[in-house]
Amino acid sequence: MSGPTVAIWKFASCDGCQLTVLDCEDELLAIAAALDIRMFLEAGPAQMLDHYDISLVEGSITTAHDVERIRDVRARSGLLITLGACATAGGIQALRNTADIDACRSNVYARPEWLDTLATSTPIAAHVQVDHELRGCPIAKTELLATITALLAQRRMPISAYSVCVECKLAGNPCVLVAHGTACLGPVTHAGCAALCPSLGRGCFGCFGPSESVNLDGLRSAFGEIDVSDDVLVHLLRTFNTEAPEFSEASNRYRAAGPEGTTRRDP
Amino acid sequence: MSSDAVILDPRSGMQALIDALDTAGYRVLGPVLRDGVIVYDDVVSESAMPTGVRVEQGAGRWRVFQDARPERFSWTPGADSWKRFVFPARSEVLRIRRTDGSWTTGQPAAPDRPLALLGARDCEVRALGVLDTVMLGPNHPDARYAQRRADAFVVAVTCGEPSSTCWCTSMGGGPQPHDGFDLRITELSDHAGHRLLVQPGSDRGEQIMAVLPGSDAHNADIDSAAHVVQRSVDRLPVRLPGAELPALLAGSELHPHWDDVAARCLSCSNCTMVCPTCFCSSFSDHTSLDNDEAFRTQEWASCFQLDHSYLGGRPVRATTAQRYRQWLTHKLQTWTAQMGTTGCVGCGRCTTWCPAGIDIIEEARAVIGSQMVAARLQPVDVYVHPR
Amino acid sequence: MQIVPYRVVSRVVVGPATVTLGLVPVAQACVTAAPGQFMMVWCFGIGEIPISVSGIVNGGVIEITVRAVGATSAAIVDAGVADVLGMRGPYGTAWPMGAVVGRDVIVMAGGLGLAPLRLAIESMVSGRAGQRSLTLLIGAREPAQVLYAEQLPAWRSAGADVRVTVDVGDSAWHGPVGTATAVFERMSVRADVAFVCGPEMMMVSAAQALVRAGMSPAQVFVSMERNMHCGIGHCGRCQLGPLMLCRDGAVVPWEMVSELVQVSGR
Repeated sequence: MSGPTVAIWKFASCDGCQLTVLDCEDELLAIAAALDIRMFLEAGPAQMLDHYDISLVEGSITTAHDVERIRDVRARSGLLITLGACATAGGIQALRNTADIDACRSNVYARPEWLDTLATSTPIAAHVQVDHELRGCPIAKTELLATITALLAQRRMPISAYSVCVECKLAGNPCVLVAHGTACLGPVTHAGCAALCPSLGRGCFGCFGPSESVNLDGLRSAFGEIDVSDDVLVHLLRTFNTEAPEFSEASNRYRAAGPEGTTRRDP
Repeated sequence: MSSDAVILDPRSGMQALIDALDTAGYRVLGPVLRDGVIVYDDVVSESAMPTGVRVEQGAGRWRVFQDARPERFSWTPGADSWKRFVFPARSEVLRIRRTDGSWTTGQPAAPDRPLALLGARDCEVRALGVLDTVMLGPNHPDARYAQRRADAFVVAVTCGEPSSTCWCTSMGGGPQPHDGFDLRITELSDHAGHRLLVQPGSDRGEQIMAVLPGSDAHNADIDSAAHVVQRSVDRLPVRLPGAELPALLAGSELHPHWDDVAARCLSCSNCTMVCPTCFCSSFSDHTSLDNDEAFRTQEWASCFQLDHSYLGGRPVRATTAQRYRQWLTHKLQTWTAQMGTTGCVGCGRCTTWCPAGIDIIEEARAVIGSQMVAARLQPVDVYVHPR
Repeated sequence: MQIVPYRVVSRVVVGPATVTLGLVPVAQACVTAAPGQFMMVWCFGIGEIPISVSGIVNGGVIEITVRAVGATSAAIVDAGVADVLGMRGPYGTAWPMGAVVGRDVIVMAGGLGLAPLRLAIESMVSGRAGQRSLTLLIGAREPAQVLYAEQLPAWRSAGADVRVTVDVGDSAWHGPVGTATAVFERMSVRADVAFVCGPEMMMVSAAQALVRAGMSPAQVFVSMERNMHCGIGHCGRCQLGPLMLCRDGAVVPWEMVSELVQVSGR
């Protein structure tokens, strides 16, 4: 083993981003040769070192213990890079932030008093300094590899902060919004997924969070032209990146503007 | 009789054309209806090409309709353009391997087969000409682009069914291509039946035409083609004074209307990505995991992306208003001084494929003074699908 | 697109995180560059940035002066003698040396902006350019950041009127404090031709002051910068209105850009 020492940490999350690391099947041997991975419980290594050159952090902060642990991780880390929607925006579990946590707890768990949780799910950057973020639910393998190779070459880590529409057009996809009248968050969503959902004829769910230049009021008007209701838009915004500031501000405003509906139309 | 034009059967003749191009060594690309849009892709059989397809286009709206009618070219182009084939959306331009103390450079392989572009409209033929002025500039011509363009066999098509978003006649074009093609097809459908009039535009075109199983065209066919052109021209009102736009837009930089557009613009880059003349790109460096090999890719980029104008770590054009202004004024104003051609061919893609339905014509009118242009506005008679 | 390997043959620290590197092609013949032109300089796998040629010495060693501000420039500054960097070029327009013949010339530089002017200045102080007189106004943030300080005496003894001003002085500083433009406005120097290079704000204020002092906007030349990303006019990123600065610049007459730079976000 050689190269920088690496730790991969998990906080509140589904492990999908860590699995994306393991999903780099063709590159795994080269990754293992280039990085000295010392901590990656999902895959086996569990060496607690005082210092790791690079920490990759999956998941959001949802407990008091998490708050302590992320500070400890930060103190042990050279570069701290967060992986995925949970770590960068609180994830799906941040839906609790606008709900009654006690009601959630007693609805879900038979013995809610055994559960020790915070009322909110917050991104890693709300607690410690983060050096780089990989978006997505889960992250894209291509972006992970681009980040690792950039780190190894000491190149600036790439960020595709423009919209998913760019990736759709690069791929030659038909625009599902314009040609099919399908609700799609692509125009306001950060690229990186290679337009996965629109490539399969589905609207973008926004799992990479807000792009560098978000105009949700403009998208809302566009949705109006194809008869997509505020309900659908709010549901789309309140999914993977519900607490991303641009998404949360707009969804709260649109929800306040009209009564909450009960139906959900798939995008 | 007209020996420099032939009449082809719309089905068997089209197949013969595809076969002749294939035999001549071309990779034949043509229109295909897929997932509700017209895209350009490899065609081996004429049956893969649209028949009886009509499209309804509007600002932010595209719908396709198919019926039993036999027409082959009753549609207008979709988001896809031939740019994708002569200037690929992503390509590797350089590969460098570290050697002892220095490095060795590898160049990407040249494309294996020359391209035949079957079905290019006048706006698309002109768009290729505009791209040529950018990519083949005198100082640093792009060798791979030059090769693809020099080899490309262009089968142009006269537009018989313009869309409401078409405005080629405002930008120096029209329904019928006059140059820049090897063969030109005009689809005829009158009392004499449904047929394709094929005319050559080059020696290469004449050679291919010579092997097609067509009959010589008659003067009546030529007259019928002129009628098709005139009917389309009547449906293509001049919507902006193209040649005057650089002068009209001069001094519009501080117009408050840019902020009005910015409230609607999603800054999503769709207009630029579908534009057949937009050439902005980004070059990026990558490395292998062992860090011994570096490669550089070129990818379509957009002036709506923040890093497009990065200078000293910050975007020069930080706001959507600034970026939209850059795009519109580049297309309709500054391009002329920069490249010696107009930057816009009036194909209407940016309007159709804007999710927010922003119409470049309306925005241009707003900043250059609506009264002056409104007088030129004529009603538009285009295909609207019966409901 | 070809990147040519160049070997670093000299490295001189010329300021904080700032070095001048001398480079020669590893295998190919040397290229020459006109004063004011730039090269695209590449560091293996890290990236490529535009850097003006600041000198050509010993029959073809290309000198570049670089300050570490991002990943690529930091890697270039870190390059040692015998390391290999890549270069393409030269690209862009040059200072119009023909315009200085028999004329009174003023050169104004801000910070690193002295680097793209150095070849032009050397051509003038060596007597090759044939100007009647040369006034050189150099502005720097602080005394330690005055580029090529060791060369200034030679330029002075060759007849140039060289004045240096800093934004912030120190205890050893006895020269003027303030911008180069302010120094110019206190002088009663007359010039026919001006070359100006520095941050855009500095160039705008200097060019405006020169024109106010009676110079023709066609005889004031500035070195404009936008995102020079490919250097060959293909990527579209260095546009400034009708200009593509990697092709039509960087050196342009002030009359060509004086209105363009008045609109923010262009």
